[in-house]
Amino acid sequence: MKLTIPAFVGRIAFSALAALIGAIFALPLLWFLFAPFNARAELGLALPDPWTLNNFVTVFGNSYAVQALWNSFIQAVGGVILVGAAATLAAYALSRSSIPGKGAVTYILLLFSSVVSGSAAMVPIFLIVSAAGLMDTHLAVILTFAGGLLPTAMFILRDFIDSIPKSYEESAMVAGASPVQAFFDVALPVIRPGIVVVVVWGFVNIWGSFLIPFILLRSDSNMPASVAIYSFYSEAGTPIVTLLAAYSLIYSLPVIVLYLFVSWKFGFRFFGGIKA
Amino acid sequence: MTTEPIEAKPKKVRNFALLSNRAGAAFLTPAGLLVSVFVIVPFFWVIFVSFTNRTLLGRTALNPEFVGLANYLSLFDPATFFQRGQFGFSLILTTQFVLASALLGQALLGLLLAWLIQTVPPWVKRITETFVIAAWILPEVVIGFAWFAFLDRDQGTLNMLLEGLGLPPGDFLLQQPFWVIVVFNTWRGAAFSMMLFNSAFSSIPPSYFQAADVAGASSWQKFRDIGLPLIRGHIVTDLILITMWTFNTFTPFLLTNGGPSYRTELVSIYNYRVAFQDFQFGKGAAVGVIMMLINLAFALIYLSIGRKKRR
Repeated sequence: MKLTIPAFVGRIAFSALAALIGAIFALPLLWFLFAPFNARAELGLALPDPWTLNNFVTVFGNSYAVQALWNSFIQAVGGVILVGAAATLAAYALSRSSIPGKGAVTYILLLFSSVVSGSAAMVPIFLIVSAAGLMDTHLAVILTFAGGLLPTAMFILRDFIDSIPKSYEESAMVAGASPVQAFFDVALPVIRPGIVVVVVWGFVNIWGSFLIPFILLRSDSNMPASVAIYSFYSEAGTPIVTLLAAYSLIYSLPVIVLYLFVSWKFGFRFFGGIKA
Repeated sequence: MTTEPIEAKPKKVRNFALLSNRAGAAFLTPAGLLVSVFVIVPFFWVIFVSFTNRTLLGRTALNPEFVGLANYLSLFDPATFFQRGQFGFSLILTTQFVLASALLGQALLGLLLAWLIQTVPPWVKRITETFVIAAWILPEVVIGFAWFAFLDRDQGTLNMLLEGLGLPPGDFLLQQPFWVIVVFNTWRGAAFSMMLFNSAFSSIPPSYFQAADVAGASSWQKFRDIGLPLIRGHIVTDLILITMWTFNTFTPFLLTNGGPSYRTELVSIYNYRVAFQDFQFGKGAAVGVIMMLINLAFALIYLSIGRKKRR
């Protein structure tokens, strides 16, 4: 179809506007592209002078910083294993069994999961963890996130399982498999892409979280990177910019990689439900 | 013997479930336990604690006393309600924050972006989407620090740009903290609305727009008369979800710490300060209860709309 001149101008204006908004969104992040590689990085935007990887060397030489990344990893992986396993089992039961009250359970879960947010429930979560004697442990963070993320994870997975024809498991059971065998050997491999999405979503959420570990953890040796990052401040309270920049980049890397992985594997649109 | 299975079969088909009730219950148990302990129990526990004078430290940490409605009365004390650093101030601030940054900022910007990227060349779309989504997925601590650097009075990128354009620089975190967190939250969250509206627009049959093109409709007319009416349901969903998220967000704390002098103290941050800096758990719990009631109202609206749609 041939474009008329006004339509052509309109199109250019649209592109220009989209690009401008994109550029405005990029502005606060540009600094992160340069500062980590700048030996004399400050808060201003500047080309690295001189270029260096020394900031990263310093970060990896700081045992507390490395420990914090490891703690983030333990908490995220631990939480994700629990969420993935429990949500898969529960979603399968909600999809494939005829337990009475299934609909009501789903409704109540949906309701509670949106009402009980981390910032509204910080007092009782603190009290429960404290009553369970789990204060200042990885397990406290892992369990809190598992509970908080599970309802949403269950819904994503239940929708996914609902879309899989029952005939897979039925054929297996006709061939003599028990329901549990049909689940593990037949259904599970088919559900796997859904589990991957839930696991990535959970990982990104726990890895990036601040508030829950901030209130549940005390000792330096348990702090995840999101809280430990505040130790890169001098005693006067000013940030040590070179370290902060490099550390922020390392800390963001898993999230970026996972995002690229999901958008490559499942296409862009699937990412719509991946955060929040 | 041979007739029995045949007779039983139709009955079995009617009740056929792949998983027996017992196995189903077993499958549900781990998730049920975790959700009960960390989602459902907190909901009721916070109500209970809000009627006590429990503190983090001291005598009442171990033996809290029942104080009735005292915590609520102190939150709603008319003498101090609207003062800075008090609950009423924080609640009004949060309402303004939600209106400006979620309902106006995120939703409108997301709508504009979603509409723009329907027509622009793929490479423009790709680049724009990348930055908008990056703002959304990067960890909140990193984003907080990026904005701290961006807004720095002496060296920050923003003041550098303003000076380059001949505009006066400013110390925005001190002078306009509220508008800083509004812009910050709009920037941070626009991606969700953009993606939701983008997929809503792409689900409209292209023939509708082609017919409008033939009739010579402008982009604005297509947006107003075809796009907007057809995604009305998605807009309602989006508005409720971003309202709830923005109402509960704690991220501005990482940029402003709630200050200067309580001027960005949203209810989530107020709740944190009362409970974990002033150590008044009872009062903090009362704040939590009110937040949950507000969440509950939004969630019920959302669920009732979802149910209507399914019917």
